Amino acid sequence: MHKHIVRKAFLFLAPAVLLVILFYTIPMVTSVFYSFTDKALVGAKSKNWGFVGFQNYQKMFSDQFFWISLKNTIVLLVCSAIIGQQVVGFFLAQMMEKANPLIRKMTGLAVLLGWVTPEVVVSFIFFAFFNKEGSVNSLLGIFGFSPIAWLYNYAMLSVIIANIWRGTAFSMLMFQSALDNVDTSIKEAAVIDGAGKVQLLTRITLPLISGAILTNTILITLQTLGLFGLIYALTGGGPGFDTTTLPIYMYNRAFSAYQLGYGTAMAIILLLFGIGLSLSYMKSMKKQL
Amino acid sequence: MLLTTMTRKRLIPNLVLILIGLLFIWPMLWLFFASFDAGAPLSVRIPKDFTLDNYRKILSEPMNLRAFLNSFLISFSQSVIVILLSILAAYPLSRFPLKHKGKIMYGMLFLTGLPLTAIMVPVYMVFFSLKINNSLISTTLFLIATALPYSIWMTKNFMDDVPVVLEEAAWIEGAGMLETIRRVILPVIVPGIFVVFIFTFSGSWGNFFVPFILLNSANKFPASVAIYQFFGAFGKIAYGELAAFSLLYTLPIAVFYLLSQKYMSQGFSMSGSVK
Repeated sequence: MHKHIVRKAFLFLAPAVLLVILFYTIPMVTSVFYSFTDKALVGAKSKNWGFVGFQNYQKMFSDQFFWISLKNTIVLLVCSAIIGQQVVGFFLAQMMEKANPLIRKMTGLAVLLGWVTPEVVVSFIFFAFFNKEGSVNSLLGIFGFSPIAWLYNYAMLSVIIANIWRGTAFSMLMFQSALDNVDTSIKEAAVIDGAGKVQLLTRITLPLISGAILTNTILITLQTLGLFGLIYALTGGGPGFDTTTLPIYMYNRAFSAYQLGYGTAMAIILLLFGIGLSLSYMKSMKKQL
Repeated sequence: MLLTTMTRKRLIPNLVLILIGLLFIWPMLWLFFASFDAGAPLSVRIPKDFTLDNYRKILSEPMNLRAFLNSFLISFSQSVIVILLSILAAYPLSRFPLKHKGKIMYGMLFLTGLPLTAIMVPVYMVFFSLKINNSLISTTLFLIATALPYSIWMTKNFMDDVPVVLEEAAWIEGAGMLETIRRVILPVIVPGIFVVFIFTFSGSWGNFFVPFILLNSANKFPASVAIYQFFGAFGKIAYGELAAFSLLYTLPIAVFYLLSQKYMSQGFSMSGSVK
């Protein structure tokens, strides 16, 4: 009987596990392999490639553009996800607790709009929004300011804002459900004991939802780390290298410069980033489950 | 007296929320108005010449319809297969005391977190050397594989909430495992399945990077890549058409989300922090 069940379980699991291994795990493992080769997309090196040891990694670490894109990635992660989306999302969730139900619902929908809009469409929306003849400048024009070329002079800021617009809903929903679970009697007790608004926030609310903050930080960092289409269609990584993040640089190296080996080495760095974050996500879930 | 203090206390949050809500709608307004404007500019303006021509032009171009069809084929077949495989895989994970269950579940959770972007270059290399790139089928298979980890994770959690007692009656009647799943479990977890469907469908419907890397003939492009190409070719002039194209492309998933908000928050807490 038991053997029979194990066999059935195996049969049920097999198709899913097989697909995940074939299309997900194997490419991941081969990428480690390819990152030590000089394989190219076209030309002689596409057939006659060989092992080059750590050359791709050495090249990467001495490539100033790699460091620039790493820096840009961190700026984007910190400003648009960890601070931007999270603070706006928390603020919204906090305000919604006290607001009129109808207003809460309408604002929630408006914020969710950014979340459901596909990445490429987000790029167009902000291409228009930050254009020299776009909506931001026409508003500034009313107050007598001359138009600013946002996408040229403040490209990273534009990307950061576009990503906040797109991603805030996630943090908002996370914090809404976390705040819903906070026992109101604890807050009431603190108020009776004379806690002010700031104290209530820093001493009671934030510590109580620290688990949600941790999980949220990890998840939104992962989402922004993988951001490609939005930046690629909005600025193409430019002007110059101003908005080139690791995924953009990786893509350019692998597919425009045809250096697959080098591109893969960069993918490994991204992957290590992701693995670290994903492991901490697992840990945070383990603690809460 | 009570009422006035209540409303006064609520006044500031209400105003702040309205303001933020407007800020979020502001960029989107351009897309909406421009799509009905014969000579759409780049800033928000109520259409001077209201027209449906932008939509007509986009929808009368066979390649655009083809792109929507490709998007639908990819996302729909992906979602259906993901759900079938997840139900199959989740059942033993939820019901049997398997040896490596914990490891499998954490493996799934781990894969859920990884950014897809990081593996697209190696995936392309593998597909290219196996000569299975530029194929709708292999692209869909890849999307199925990448969606499975979280969908199995979520489906298993939904199944855990179904009491085993319900199944016992079916067992006694001599129903097999598949029949038990179909007759007893499925009807109970339909809302959960719905959540997985929407997550999966909208995830691949909106995905740009995967088809952008794996497909290269124009007749295989889904809407995400087709719109991007359109933007490159005509976007700098035809803003109205671009807006109409974008709205048509966004509409299905926006409607999906709105219709299913109740279920979504449920799925949300499942994938997120609090359960």
